[in-house]
Amino acid sequence: MDAVYFLVQQMMFFSIPLLIVALGGMFSERSGVVNIALEGIMVSGAFTSILLISNLQSGMSGQLLLLIAIVVAIVTGALFSLLHAYAAISLRSDQTISGTALNMIAPASAIYLARMIQPNGVQQVQFTNTFRIEKVPLLGDIPVLGRLLFQNAYITTYIGLLIFVIAAFVLYRTRFGLRLRACGEHPQAADSVGINVYRIRYAGVLISGALAGLGGLVYVIPTSTNFNATVSGYGFLALAVLIFGQWKPLRILGAAFFFGLMKTISSAYSGIPFLRDLGIPSDIYKMVPFIATLIALAFTSKRSQAPRASGVPYDKGLR
Amino acid sequence: MSNLRKSLSSMSASLVAILAGLVAGFVILLFSNPANAGKGLLTILIGGWNNGMKGVGQVLYYATPIIMTGLAVGFAFKTGMFNIGATGQLMVGGFVSIYVGVTWTFLPGAFHWIVALLMGMLAGMAWGMIVGVFKALLNVHEVITSIMLNYIALYGINYLVKNSNLFDSLRNQTVNVAATAVIPKAGLDKIFYITKGRLNDVSSVNAGILIAIALAILMYILLNKTTFGFELKACGYNRHASRYAGISENRAIITSMAIAGGLSGIAGALMYLAPASGLHIHMEEVLAAQGFTGIAVALLGMSNPIGIIFSGLFIAHITVGGFYLQSLKYMKEIIEVIIGLIIYFSAFSLLVRDLIAKAGKRRAKKGNQPSKQEAVS
Repeated sequence: MDAVYFLVQQMMFFSIPLLIVALGGMFSERSGVVNIALEGIMVSGAFTSILLISNLQSGMSGQLLLLIAIVVAIVTGALFSLLHAYAAISLRSDQTISGTALNMIAPASAIYLARMIQPNGVQQVQFTNTFRIEKVPLLGDIPVLGRLLFQNAYITTYIGLLIFVIAAFVLYRTRFGLRLRACGEHPQAADSVGINVYRIRYAGVLISGALAGLGGLVYVIPTSTNFNATVSGYGFLALAVLIFGQWKPLRILGAAFFFGLMKTISSAYSGIPFLRDLGIPSDIYKMVPFIATLIALAFTSKRSQAPRASGVPYDKGLR
Repeated sequence: MSNLRKSLSSMSASLVAILAGLVAGFVILLFSNPANAGKGLLTILIGGWNNGMKGVGQVLYYATPIIMTGLAVGFAFKTGMFNIGATGQLMVGGFVSIYVGVTWTFLPGAFHWIVALLMGMLAGMAWGMIVGVFKALLNVHEVITSIMLNYIALYGINYLVKNSNLFDSLRNQTVNVAATAVIPKAGLDKIFYITKGRLNDVSSVNAGILIAIALAILMYILLNKTTFGFELKACGYNRHASRYAGISENRAIITSMAIAGGLSGIAGALMYLAPASGLHIHMEEVLAAQGFTGIAVALLGMSNPIGIIFSGLFIAHITVGGFYLQSLKYMKEIIEVIIGLIIYFSAFSLLVRDLIAKAGKRRAKKGNQPSKQEAVS
């Protein structure tokens, strides 16, 4: 049973950032803008917020510092994604091009800035992890569930789950969500009933930027003690989770947990007696999440359909 | 004539983007260290020439794999596919060519590297074809398949190398390939070197650059002068229309991805069929950067194979310039920032191109009108 607790706790570290970033991508793509820049935006958000933690941690620690860092990550991500929004929406340019550009600019400038700002031109940004919650008061004492969800956890896990609930509500139960989906399916029709397609799409991309920036921080905090200008391809994986999740919140949640579980098995198998005893080399375990995703996709994608207008720049003059 | 004008205007769009990117880079240099900024920009612009003919050779050497991956990405773009998997295809091709280069020593002399190269190409083709098959038959988005295959290639190759006689455990990398499997210099070492004392310091450039340029020209002919290429492009422009015209969409997708994979596979072979001092596959968990740079090369070259030769050379040129930038106390990462900015501005320059095209049309109209009247009268 201990192994199960361990597995679930570990799984959160992988699944939650994927969930947050994929939900972000969902807002962008459902509004009609492909956001391949998720990886770069994650790096940008992680960079500024970890740099902040690194500089403030001598005087502050714990959840307050983390909350400030979260705000910084969100703001950075949103601002950085403005570049993509401007090119993709206002200039109607190819969305792959500006996305790819952002993916190149973010890690390179993170290294450049880190080496300029930090003494001795060090590239890694070090930080001390003071954010782990040993046990949430009261909730942590609930049998089974308490150990699964409320021990050895991070506040970001609950924020991620909260974002999921809000995202699903906003997309399906609000006027904004309806308009967002309309812009991603048929912007001309949306425009004809008085919706400002450009504004909605800007909102979609900005939300995706905010969430991707946050996701960058959420990914780095539990898995490392320094930030080296990379989020190990998690932005691209989130893109995969988004497509696997069929651009729908609940399915994205499932896809993120599925992938997170596979990833946990592959990285923490040595902590699980049954898997350790199989004697399979670690490189094979590391392939498991990707192979499993491919197989799952092969069986489930036959009727997969992206938002109809996703990737197509909206031109008001075009009918 | 209109073809020439079109390619000229798209070239000018790329040039505008490059100019804007360099200006932005200069601003960054100014902010980080104003005293050296002018010198810094000059160093970037001079690129390989900073170190005479050897530096120029290094530019060609760095350009070789990214021209190949640029072709791989650009070719897939033409069929409407985004090949983000060039890096995985490159590694699979590189791995297989190393395998052949190390173990198939029974092959006579010159055949060895050619066979190793071809096997690398075939392996890349197979890896790229998986993406096409998943897309065509199972409707799986090519981006997601490519991303998954990248990581499968990465860990799979690590596993295969570590558990075979290809592993140099001391250096944590692959062993050297046989001397007969190394890509020959083809006389380029007689051109690209500098003299240091009594010794010639020779550049790493080899016949790979000639192969890359030849393949780019071949791809240009394939895309623009053959029915097959026309069908591929037709699928890229409008899937439904080309299906209506009797073109098999599935076949186009699969073959286009196979060819793209083959081009990346050759990139890997050209990289790793190297002498002991050259590149080896390291047992690290990092995807080969050349695959992603290929996306930038393809975008800057507007997916045109000939354009890709030049954009690959340009990106290699300023990357080499970045190495020399470090002597001025600048970080070489600024080059990647500049390349990113150039790509970003090239998104703008589609707009510039439209403006140029419109202006050109207007002028053409004005020029035509009197002649029409003459014809009437």
